[in-house]
Amino acid sequence: MNEVLLRSLTPSVLAILVRRGADFAAAEDAVQDALVEAVRVWPADPPRDPKGWLVTVAWRRFLDATRADAARRRREDLVDEQPAPGPAPAVDDTLQLYFLCAHPSLTPSSAVALTLRAVGGLTTRQIARAYLVPEATMAQRISRAKRTVSGVRFDRPGDVATVLRVLYLVFNEGYSGDVDLAAEAIRLTRQLAAHVDHPEVAGLLALMLLHHARRATRTAADGSLVPLAEQDRGRWDTGSIAEGVWILQAALARDRLGEFQAQAAIAALHADAPTAEETDWVQIVEWYDELVRLTDSPVVRLNRAVAVGEADGPRAGLAALAALDDSLPRHAAVAAYLRERDGDLATAARLYAEAARNAPNLAERDHLTRQAARLNERRRR
Amino acid sequence: MAKYLLLKHYRGAPSAVNDVPMDQWTPEEISAHMQYMHDFATRLEGTGEFVDGQALAPEGTFVRYDGEGRPPVTDGPFAETKDLIAGWMVIDVDSYERAVELAGELSAAPGAGGKPIHEWLELRPFLTAPPTITE
Repeated sequence: MNEVLLRSLTPSVLAILVRRGADFAAAEDAVQDALVEAVRVWPADPPRDPKGWLVTVAWRRFLDATRADAARRRREDLVDEQPAPGPAPAVDDTLQLYFLCAHPSLTPSSAVALTLRAVGGLTTRQIARAYLVPEATMAQRISRAKRTVSGVRFDRPGDVATVLRVLYLVFNEGYSGDVDLAAEAIRLTRQLAAHVDHPEVAGLLALMLLHHARRATRTAADGSLVPLAEQDRGRWDTGSIAEGVWILQAALARDRLGEFQAQAAIAALHADAPTAEETDWVQIVEWYDELVRLTDSPVVRLNRAVAVGEADGPRAGLAALAALDDSLPRHAAVAAYLRERDGDLATAARLYAEAARNAPNLAERDHLTRQAARLNERRRR
Repeated sequence: MAKYLLLKHYRGAPSAVNDVPMDQWTPEEISAHMQYMHDFATRLEGTGEFVDGQALAPEGTFVRYDGEGRPPVTDGPFAETKDLIAGWMVIDVDSYERAVELAGELSAAPGAGGKPIHEWLELRPFLTAPPTITE
């Protein structure tokens, strides 16, 4: 049983049912039923046309469910008016499904859950495990999301930027439970890229591939963080890097720059450097300048200060940092790093300890506490 | 079986015997501390006594309902004396004695100089649903 094949067929099957007039929630239930049936039947009796098989079974399930409800809900009329299920059309509405699941009326966590369920074909249990919440909690979240979009029309494309944000949220959840959300996000973004010709979709896909290529080296066996400069570059996934760079170059050639392409360009420069010392920081600063222009985000300016510190020395980095609000997340960590490089160990140690207190996650907190401890130990000697 | 919450405090509990702030430890001492806590949780997983555990950020916010509209948010009614919870672990054990035993063991996590920090942990039993049959 090829679970990946099954999951990749899910969105188009669902989209066909919705296109034929099934409401979203009922269609989704019917498709899940058909997937369960496929898992049971296919190993012994594989269909010649898996997608057509799924559409037929899901549509039957939908009709059964609708008929069962009909007496109470007076849905019989709707069923009678429907044409007999024909063959699955060659073009599908998967793209619309992406837009529906990332609809602006949904909260980010609901949009993420609905996307994984409806477009990704994951089970509620898999999604719950990935987000470390009880299954009942996730089931509620998904059914609320389905209710929210139930009245949304299915024939109007939404904003591709919203879809990309949702996919990037999924990617950033990384790995937990039995589903690798980063790999899942890459799969879904690939699928989206096949449906929509947009340089930012390619930019996001390149960015994910380039980040993903370094994932194995980002943490040590004990779970502690390994900074970029200390990562074992020999273990970076060169295939993934090459693909990311290739996709990025094709996107950049179209001259419609967006923030994901710019971020991917920075990631590509890191991935390209044979050693940390050979990183092209000057060019990285230039890309950060583009990003500042595109997003005007204070977080981007903070990252830019780090790059400036590497390109032009810690004093220049500190000058860039001085222009920023010190309540920004990770401001103290960046200041600590630049102070240390500038030789002011006492201030650096104090700032590392402060950064550790405000760290958003355990791995970062431990890492920053270790940095403070390392400097304090050095100063005592 | 009864569930207990072990609370680790930043502030609000009596100070630990080996009371040195973590950023004054050596990196090796920090690693040893983390390893101890990790091993402790792993071992309780093995005995089936571990339920859950998380570390918490020091900054909390007090919120209360205040009529229609946005609820007011403050840094807390008692900012000076505010108790800060650093983290918690939920264990599921057979007896109160076992819970006390495990809390004592967790408090012995190594700190500066590799010596146990002897910090105070708060042990709170979970309230359970009333049994169907009262004997």
